[in-house]
Amino acid sequence: MAGHLFEVDNLNIEFRRSDDKVYAVNGVSFSIGEGGTLGIVGESGSGKSVTMMSCIGLIRSNGTVKAGTAKFEGHDLLKMNRKQLEHIRGLEIGVIFQDPMTSLNPLMRIGDQIMEGMIEHHYATPRDAFDRTINLLGEMGIPEPKTRFRNYPHEFSGGMRQRIMIAMALACEPKLLIADEPTTALDVTVQMQILALLKEQQEKKNMSIAMITHDFGVATNFCDKIVVLYAGQVMEVAETKEFIRRPAHPYTIGLKNSIIEVGQRDRALKPIPGMAPTLTSPPTSCSFADRCPLVTDRCRNELPVLRQVDGNHMVACHRAEEVLNHAV
Amino acid sequence: MPSEHLLQVENVSKRFRVRGKTLHAVENVSFNLDSGKTLGLVGESGSGKSTLGRVALRLLDADGGRVLFQGHDIGRIPKKQLRELRRDMQVIFQDPQASLNPRMTVGAAIEDAYVIHKIGTKSDRQQRVEDLLQRVGLPPSAANAYPHELSGGQLQRVGIARALTLDPKLIVCDEVISALDVSIQMQVIQLLKELQKERNLGYIFISHNLAVVEYISDEIAVLYLGEVVEHAAAEDLFKKPSHPYTQVLLQSILKVPDPQSETTQALMHIKGEIPSPFSPPPGCTFHPRCPFAQDICRTKKPEPRDIGHGHVVSCHFAE
Repeated sequence: MAGHLFEVDNLNIEFRRSDDKVYAVNGVSFSIGEGGTLGIVGESGSGKSVTMMSCIGLIRSNGTVKAGTAKFEGHDLLKMNRKQLEHIRGLEIGVIFQDPMTSLNPLMRIGDQIMEGMIEHHYATPRDAFDRTINLLGEMGIPEPKTRFRNYPHEFSGGMRQRIMIAMALACEPKLLIADEPTTALDVTVQMQILALLKEQQEKKNMSIAMITHDFGVATNFCDKIVVLYAGQVMEVAETKEFIRRPAHPYTIGLKNSIIEVGQRDRALKPIPGMAPTLTSPPTSCSFADRCPLVTDRCRNELPVLRQVDGNHMVACHRAEEVLNHAV
Repeated sequence: MPSEHLLQVENVSKRFRVRGKTLHAVENVSFNLDSGKTLGLVGESGSGKSTLGRVALRLLDADGGRVLFQGHDIGRIPKKQLRELRRDMQVIFQDPQASLNPRMTVGAAIEDAYVIHKIGTKSDRQQRVEDLLQRVGLPPSAANAYPHELSGGQLQRVGIARALTLDPKLIVCDEVISALDVSIQMQVIQLLKELQKERNLGYIFISHNLAVVEYISDEIAVLYLGEVVEHAAAEDLFKKPSHPYTQVLLQSILKVPDPQSETTQALMHIKGEIPSPFSPPPGCTFHPRCPFAQDICRTKKPEPRDIGHGHVVSCHFAE
């Protein structure tokens, strides 16, 4: 579709367990425009990582994509064979994982690791790949790139390792960058440095970013559109401004109220009661119903579909209009 | 002399020898904590906050200075007496899964403390376990569950129940909510606050989440490379952060933008990283990253100064 670099439609993913199945992703749809930044927000088990990683063929062996499409530049990634996916991964779509220590090869010099992708994908000759690696390390703010090229991952701090991961992900100038909780393991000052670096690189190259995060602060300050997942379903999608101004799903509102922010010493805490479910059968009613302050009989009997409430603002809640009009 | 403070930490230092080199984990730190109050310790990875929490409980021995618990120097009292005191000093860790024996039921793990300290009969102990589970918001049936059968939030409630078994006076909470989802974090904080009120507990609350520390603490100490660079009442610290490092930390927090203003936060460039604790910089340890550093900062270590109402800052230029 015009303008959409990446488009997921009605994605369904199941995982087999010893005696049952987990319905991890249930009809998820969203899109990312060229140069756009989508925040995929949710708690653990909401399906945010599974959704993105499955699209590029990174799924645990007990998982199956049951239905749906994931189109990258119009081509369905889910129909591609391993070789085609390997070609796209790293070249057209870069990935940054949460924990750089477990995603970097501890026995390989970091420079060689960055070069490897470029050579593998015939993006550059070994000589050019070397020059580009030195440049990249410099751009990532790593001092003395020529010396550091020869170091191993353990010789870097957590923040520096994450910069190396970003250099690897950006090496072949991908059109889409998937960043899976890239700053969660980092200190706040380092998080700020890494996000500023990503933004700068994105603006230079008009790259699209899918930012998987559980942190509303990161999502609202870094992304221009946000999708909220719960129990493997999209609860709400909106442009960030609209999302901040007029959240319409009770889960989104509950989650926002769960965040303690600076300057709130005197506020009362109103936690969302209970915890997120693990679905062992496909959802037939609202998965948030048991924890929702606005629950009605309808919510327990009828699955709310994701529908438009205003402009590009989509919500999967029977009572979204009432919430938006402050009727409840 | 009997002390009026629950805990007094006086000029405590802790160093580790690592491959022939000395790591300065905690340097000359002092603070007091009263019953029913919370001291927040904030700082980035490697700032020494967890080490300090451990030294305060004598899970680690201090290399310098002393720690007084209810007036007793816990570094000097006899083993037997220390063991008695330990009932009153408990800790809750970040990863409750890692701190529970996977082959022991939750009930047995909680009961363990009573068994070790020979408290009550079997049925008496089981009643106490049930009461504690109920108090931390878990069903009595949880006693028969194994750790892997519970969620992270439930496990952290078990961690809290275990810390409460011997009716302690002081609990060190070391990153207790960091591994939990936001909706669960708030449940745990609410529980900790209620328990503090009910039992007049003193907390040392260690976290890198500044907003949560502000919320739960009465006083806050900011650590950088093992030193307290700023110490103040929680309100004062956030209203008037006076050490350049505290200012950088506070500016690094990404807040959800105000719906009225709609402007998102600018992503800033922050200079450098925490230097190696093996060779802390001379003078003020923050000077290599400080935007206001002058010559004096590179050579002379700033002494802690009270800039008013017990707001103590270690910076030559704070006012």
